Amino acid sequence: MARTVWDSTVGKKAVMAVSGVIMLMYLVVHVIGNLKIFFGAGEFNHYAHWLRTVGEPFMHYEWTLWLVRIVLVVAVAAHATSAYQLSRRDIKARPDKYVHRKPRASYATRTMRWGGVILGLFIVWHILDLTTGTVHSGGFQEGHPYQNVVDTFSTWYGNVVYIVAMLALGLHVRHGFWSAAQTLGVGSRTRDRALKTVADVLALLLTAGFVAVPVGVMTGVVS
Amino acid sequence: MKLTLRVWRQKNADAEGAMSTYEVDAISPDMSFLEMLDVLNEQLILAGEEPVAFDHDCREGICGACSLVINGDAHGPERTTTCQLHMRSFRDGDTIDIEPWRASAFPVIKDLVVDRSAFDRIIQAGGYITAPTGSAPEAHATAVPKADADLAFEHAECIGCGACVAACPNGAAMLFTSAKVNHLNVLPQGAPERETRVLDMVAQMDAEGFGGCTLTGECATACPKGIPLVSITGMNKEWLRATRKAGKR
Repeated sequence: MARTVWDSTVGKKAVMAVSGVIMLMYLVVHVIGNLKIFFGAGEFNHYAHWLRTVGEPFMHYEWTLWLVRIVLVVAVAAHATSAYQLSRRDIKARPDKYVHRKPRASYATRTMRWGGVILGLFIVWHILDLTTGTVHSGGFQEGHPYQNVVDTFSTWYGNVVYIVAMLALGLHVRHGFWSAAQTLGVGSRTRDRALKTVADVLALLLTAGFVAVPVGVMTGVVS
Repeated sequence: MKLTLRVWRQKNADAEGAMSTYEVDAISPDMSFLEMLDVLNEQLILAGEEPVAFDHDCREGICGACSLVINGDAHGPERTTTCQLHMRSFRDGDTIDIEPWRASAFPVIKDLVVDRSAFDRIIQAGGYITAPTGSAPEAHATAVPKADADLAFEHAECIGCGACVAACPNGAAMLFTSAKVNHLNVLPQGAPERETRVLDMVAQMDAEGFGGCTLTGECATACPKGIPLVSITGMNKEWLRATRKAGKR
């Protein structure tokens, strides 16, 4: 069955849809966590520490966190690999362009591929910046995420990279969520309007929620 | 009406093609697009030139033979087939670009004619039902709920012209295949092959080199018969169901 799914364009799209939904669910949790930064260093740092102790005493310190990380890495890899293979196939299926060309699909739809690449690169930078601290501006302090976030958004490039990526995220989710529903066969004529609304609301809330943090730092609300 | 036509000319499948410009005059707004091309061809024949090759048959909008991408739109600006498109949809003095369907699964044979036999092979893979031939069965022998009959009929309207493939930026045949799958899978007559039909037709569609679906919706916008985009959702659902069932066997 796994072979049938992976070898078919319809099946591979289902892999994209499922991995996309997993990442989307993670992002909803992530944005809620981020907003705690507006309640001070104490609450934010405590929340970050709690993420490592989730599931104790059943789970050991950081086990749950690592489990989530493994699921996410698998989801990102599956999403990117299927996207790459499907895109290669799509481009090969339409080698000759029309002389008379018209852009018709929405902006969100047309930017899915490059938007995805931007998001992939962003994730790498984001982890190196705020998880490992490898490319962090200023002194990265393990266990002090509040200060680390403020440092990142005190640089102009930190703000630019982050805000551009979050706009790309909004566009990606807008087409991606609705598409996933169609790919998994849960869309229907009667549900179409509701699905499009949920996609728009999700895209808007995620983008606004994530962008609120750098805006908070820039305006001095978070310092 | 006086028009400037820019037409894709290509000697054969292996030759390089290019757009050629022609002028036509005294075109009536009541002519169909194909009649306008007939005028062009008569003009070309009189001048000793090779006429433009294009597909056509019934000219009533029901056979699916005509094609043409007109000013970037499959079947032109109106939601109908090229044969049912009239010149009143254009203005005197217009320049009209006429190109063949573009997809690697639909290679150009000559000028505006493409080889759509990939569609026939998708049908052969599962676009049929098993029924005894001979005398027609009693019409009321198998009851079909009205809603299912309507859904089947809506999808049965597909004439297999290939406008969906031509409009799709990925050259995908998802709308065509889904119309056939939904048409037969919703009916009791199609039930025995419900799973094998969708699996085999999708596999054939992939084998022909069509692209995948990115849900841009351009296929449904171009479809002269109004096959809805949600038809693809229905096929995805059928495909996932059939894959699960096949996995259990």
